[in-house]
Amino acid sequence: MLSIKNLHVCIDGKEILRGINLDVKAGEVHAIMGPNASGKSTLAQLLAGREIYKVTAGSVHYLGRDLLAMSPERRACEGVFLAFQYPVEIPGVSNALFLKTALNAIRKYHRLPELDAMDFLTLVRERMKRVGMDEALLLRAVNEGFSGGEKKRNEILQLNILQPRLAILDETDSGLDIDALKLVADGVNDMRGADRAIILVTHYQRLLDYIVPDAVHVLSQGCIVKSGGADLAKDLERHGYNWLETGDLIKQIA
Amino acid sequence: MHVQPQSWQNVELSLVPDALAGHDSPWILAARKTAFKRFSEHGFPTKREEEWKYTDVSLISKRGSLAPDNIPPDAPSEAKLLAWALSGEGMHLMVFVNGHFDSELSTIDDLPDGVQLSSLADMLDGDANLPESLFSQQHEHTIFAALNNAFVTDGAVLKIAPDTVLETPIYLFLIASGHGVAIYPHIIVMAGENSSATVIEHYMGTLDAHNFTNAITQINVGAGAKIEHCKLIQEGPAALHIAGVHAEQSKDSSFTSRSFVFSGRSVRNDITSSLNETGCLCTFDGLYLLDDKQHVDHHTRIDHIAPCCTSREYYRGILDGESRGVFNGKVIVHHGANQTDAHQTNHHLLLSKQAEIDTKPQLEIFADDVKCTHGATVGQLSDEGLFYLRSRGLDADTARSVLIYGFANDIINRINTPYLRQRIEHLLLDRLPQGDMVKELL
Ligand SMILES: Nc1ncnc2c1ncn2[C@@H]1O[C@H](COP(=O)(O)OP(=O)(O)O)[C@@H](O)[C@H]1O
Ligand SMILES: [Mg+2]
Repeated sequence: MLSIKNLHVCIDGKEILRGINLDVKAGEVHAIMGPNASGKSTLAQLLAGREIYKVTAGSVHYLGRDLLAMSPERRACEGVFLAFQYPVEIPGVSNALFLKTALNAIRKYHRLPELDAMDFLTLVRERMKRVGMDEALLLRAVNEGFSGGEKKRNEILQLNILQPRLAILDETDSGLDIDALKLVADGVNDMRGADRAIILVTHYQRLLDYIVPDAVHVLSQGCIVKSGGADLAKDLERHGYNWLETGDLIKQIA
Repeated sequence: MHVQPQSWQNVELSLVPDALAGHDSPWILAARKTAFKRFSEHGFPTKREEEWKYTDVSLISKRGSLAPDNIPPDAPSEAKLLAWALSGEGMHLMVFVNGHFDSELSTIDDLPDGVQLSSLADMLDGDANLPESLFSQQHEHTIFAALNNAFVTDGAVLKIAPDTVLETPIYLFLIASGHGVAIYPHIIVMAGENSSATVIEHYMGTLDAHNFTNAITQINVGAGAKIEHCKLIQEGPAALHIAGVHAEQSKDSSFTSRSFVFSGRSVRNDITSSLNETGCLCTFDGLYLLDDKQHVDHHTRIDHIAPCCTSREYYRGILDGESRGVFNGKVIVHHGANQTDAHQTNHHLLLSKQAEIDTKPQLEIFADDVKCTHGATVGQLSDEGLFYLRSRGLDADTARSVLIYGFANDIINRINTPYLRQRIEHLLLDRLPQGDMVKELL
């Protein structure tokens, strides 16, 4: 589904991603872990189409097509979804209007009829209940004044409503208490399916207790320095990220 | 005092009286002439005057004539249609064409007891008891008010008896039709103790013509009364509009002014309220959406004269093209007005590099124990916001429109009259790319 080859990415002339290679197949869940500032969000945002990042080398193919040539909205319509590490506040725009506009934009792209107000409300209410979100948040401005947890749930709500084929979750687990974490995990597990792929960017192994990944990659200083199965996450948890800098433990684990 | 006497002064002076309303009353004639004298002695304000620094009114002095026409044309069909729709909304509707009351298009028959609404021209002609603020120099906040007093054609006088609650808004629909006309409406609201009402003034130009509107609105808010004044300017693209809205508030009263400007070549609104007795609440809201070479100037002034009053001011402007906005928000806390609580914000969104905004909050505090705050921002659409929306499937145009809509919504949401709120929302969205789509989803 997603094939990243030798991807180099710069911002302000500074190279952040330095030759990423990653293949994610339909039906798989991949976790990307790594210390702060290793480039995880850069990769996630780049895949969603953030234009401030410049690709200096390499390629990204999604469902066999050149992802980098697509606008952010085209990617969204084609099924790429990013749950933001820092969801953006949109003052003055109700969450309901936002969700409706997004859902209908994507439906229109697929030549599906727009959902009418009633069907939309039924759908949203049901999904909100599932992610444990207060319905009052529908009338509030998008993410404005939301607590950290509410913002993250709002991302999962969008994920559930928009039903993408490739979901990238950028630290959706951080800052959540254990109950919220379980709800987020349920939301993600709900989405698992043979024709979907999920990339979980996370700092902690904790989330992976609830969502068992098919593969784990460790990103450090813009490179994937290690890939493995679900167990790799547990090793990381035990040893921390420090060994990555020295490289000693890489050999040790290997 | 500022400009050299010009030929228009002599010409216009002779034109002042004859066919205008009240011409049979010698004292009205005299009052008009005196007002004109005040205006011509001062002349058109120039950019050297601080208050007129950013707004060039020399275009008006270059007009062929300042005098209003006396024979109103038929209302254009577009305006008739809207008038018809408005009466369908159950509004108490008064329609004016080029500043003259059109009784046929108006529906003011079923006013509740205690509410008097009359055409000012009828009052002038009928030698009725006139409100004392009319023709009075003391009530002229700008020199254009003197010009209005000289040439006032017609207008509305609304008198609400104490304890009367007017549930349905009074809708004054003022249409400019024809080319090069000068229009001088004068609106007076006298709200008795504990009364409440909403007055909407809607100015609409139907042609791309160099019309000049000079409007004055005077509002007296009695003790405990609650008056809301909404003004919507939708003038023609070449029109000039210069106006004053001035309130005087008594004890425990509440006055709200909402100013919306969506079109017109050059607009200047002076909006003031004087909080004369304790316990007053004054709220000024404003929203404008400018494009091309439009110029819109709001000068607001809140005078905290009595202690323990509250004022709130929220202005937002969206500027595109080569438009220019001016916001000058004065709050004066006079000596003795202790425990004043005044808060003001203005936010501007610049959508193009050529658009310009001059914004100046002006707090002058001469009392103790006051809470005065203000905040101003000038910014562009947020990149993060645009990306967030696009990452959810909205194309770039729609994403921009949604952000602009959100920016304006802060003011729109506060409009109490559902009809007006929807109208403003639509006026905004009609101007935005893909706005129709957003409109459908609201
Ligand atoms: N918009 C930006 N401008 C400048 N530097 C940036 C920007 N975004 C990210 N970076 C830099 O890129 C590096 C990687 O950041 P990021 O991708 O956010 O890491 P992570 O998500 O792994 O913590 C950091 O050094 C960060 O400072
Ligand atoms: Mg990050």
